[in-house]
Amino acid sequence: MNNVLKGRAWKYGDNVDTDAIIPARYLNMSTPEALAQHCMEDIDLSFAGHVQPGDVVVAGSNFGCGSSREHAPLALKGAGVSCVIAKSFARIFYRNAINIGLPILESPQAVAGIEKGNTVQVDLTTGTITNLDTGQTFQAEPYPPFLIGIIQAGGLIEYTRQRLTNSERQ
Amino acid sequence: MGHTIAEKILAAHAGEAVRPGQLIEVAVDMVLANDITAPIAMREFERLGVDRVFDPTRIALVPDHFAPNKDIKAAEQCKTMREFAKRYGILHYWEVGRMGIEHVILPDQGLTLPGDVVVGADSHTCTYGAVNAFATGMGSTDIAVAMATGRIWMKVPETLKITYHGRLKPWVGGKDLILYTIGLIGVEGARYQAIEFGGPAIAALPMSGRLTMANMAIEAGAKAGLFGFDEITRAYLDGRATRPYTPVAADPDAAYVHEIEIDVGQIEPQVAFPHLPSHVRPVSQAGTVKIDQVVIGSCTNGRWDDLVVAAEILRGRRVHPDVRCIVIPGSQEIYLRAVREGLAQVFVEAGAVVSTPTCGPCLGGHMGILAAGERCVSTTNRNFVGRMGHVESEVYLANPAVAAASAVLGYIAGPQQIG
Repeated sequence: MNNVLKGRAWKYGDNVDTDAIIPARYLNMSTPEALAQHCMEDIDLSFAGHVQPGDVVVAGSNFGCGSSREHAPLALKGAGVSCVIAKSFARIFYRNAINIGLPILESPQAVAGIEKGNTVQVDLTTGTITNLDTGQTFQAEPYPPFLIGIIQAGGLIEYTRQRLTNSERQ
Repeated sequence: MGHTIAEKILAAHAGEAVRPGQLIEVAVDMVLANDITAPIAMREFERLGVDRVFDPTRIALVPDHFAPNKDIKAAEQCKTMREFAKRYGILHYWEVGRMGIEHVILPDQGLTLPGDVVVGADSHTCTYGAVNAFATGMGSTDIAVAMATGRIWMKVPETLKITYHGRLKPWVGGKDLILYTIGLIGVEGARYQAIEFGGPAIAALPMSGRLTMANMAIEAGAKAGLFGFDEITRAYLDGRATRPYTPVAADPDAAYVHEIEIDVGQIEPQVAFPHLPSHVRPVSQAGTVKIDQVVIGSCTNGRWDDLVVAAEILRGRRVHPDVRCIVIPGSQEIYLRAVREGLAQVFVEAGAVVSTPTCGPCLGGHMGILAAGERCVSTTNRNFVGRMGHVESEVYLANPAVAAASAVLGYIAGPQQIG
């Protein structure tokens, strides 16, 4: 996994729910590529067509609230979003993002200090977020050590497969 | 120092003492997925390189969201899940015509029990907290790992204690209590927490009302919504429980992150206005909001008691000419009982639809989607933008009595407003 990310910021408010990230009418599909085409469709029609690989989604509190659908972080990842920075995350979205290897960071200060279109750089190793347009830096909440293992493996499946292989060897 | 219900159940399944904030791995008693979450879970399961599930009697697969097959893609998803169930010998797979909505049939069939840890690839898995289980929603990848290993990672939540005092007014039930609560604390009010629901008003609440409340714990951001075990729980499980169980009670000196007391005697039927489940107000303050559709059903309010309440209001009356009223019993068992005991007749004679069990319109799938500008009063659990159809449609959440009264009058109304 690439540890330093850079992209333009897309800015949203509080309570961006999973129906907004990927409407239920598209839940008869499950690949990141297909879902990406409809990402954020019901709250921002411009997103799917204009998001560039590496772009960062910046949002308010309770991002990803609502359904457990893994399709939500998959759509964002499929659209090329490199990282989501929010004031806070709903818990199922948080674990889904970690499990599929979509980096997410909690930092109310960063959210306050980044506007739509700003170029943002994120260092996942240190959790440092830099607004390259304003020069401001922010520090995100660090991951607990247990979750770093999953993230470094690339996701929960990779992490679990390694553990199953190791236990078979013993 | 004592422990909360959540801490005790998780400690027992982690094999060690636990404290809030700790990351643990727990053994699970039941793992659940449905037709829209299972395809991803199955795809990820295959990537693990295992050749069997951890226990074919402890996995439940339910085609309820886009089933009976909504379209070709939905048919492919249901097929994927069906074939996985056959390949791995999954005992608890229900076919269309023999199924129900997952969170209605699992407790009714005694598959989720006191003291259990239940994880499901559906956010409303928290429903089983009503039977004194620690039940929580997760993603498809989590469920793939749980199906393969019988274990999953979890953070121990803090517990929020909510005590309900007093006696319920007429027509007020579990749906109103939970809507009132979410209105009070907000959609993030219990984020990452386990809620413990208790108090004298809860002790008097039937199991259907408890299932409704636990179901919507997620709408306040909660990880789980737990009830204690009492005579009502025991009576519900009598004749249903498929294995022995051990009830779990909170210690008197358990530590809660916060405690809230609510006097239910002041609460009238509640309505959650668009577009958040927390935009709650009493039905008497709804104003005159003309509606186009009513949905009575779902994992929130699709149970027998809910149909009885709706039938009481619709009996001998007609659905308003400008309204489509769609009644969806939550399981084939409930549907058959509705047919045998005359409720289905009441609904059809009133001019309402009676549908086979499905989640259908709740998440904008099928069986009652809204056009631009249309409004629906629904006994479901979410009303975000575009939830039931066009982004310019509106969903108002309420209990079955308000839904039925609104169907008759053609605008949002409580049962007291029916002549």
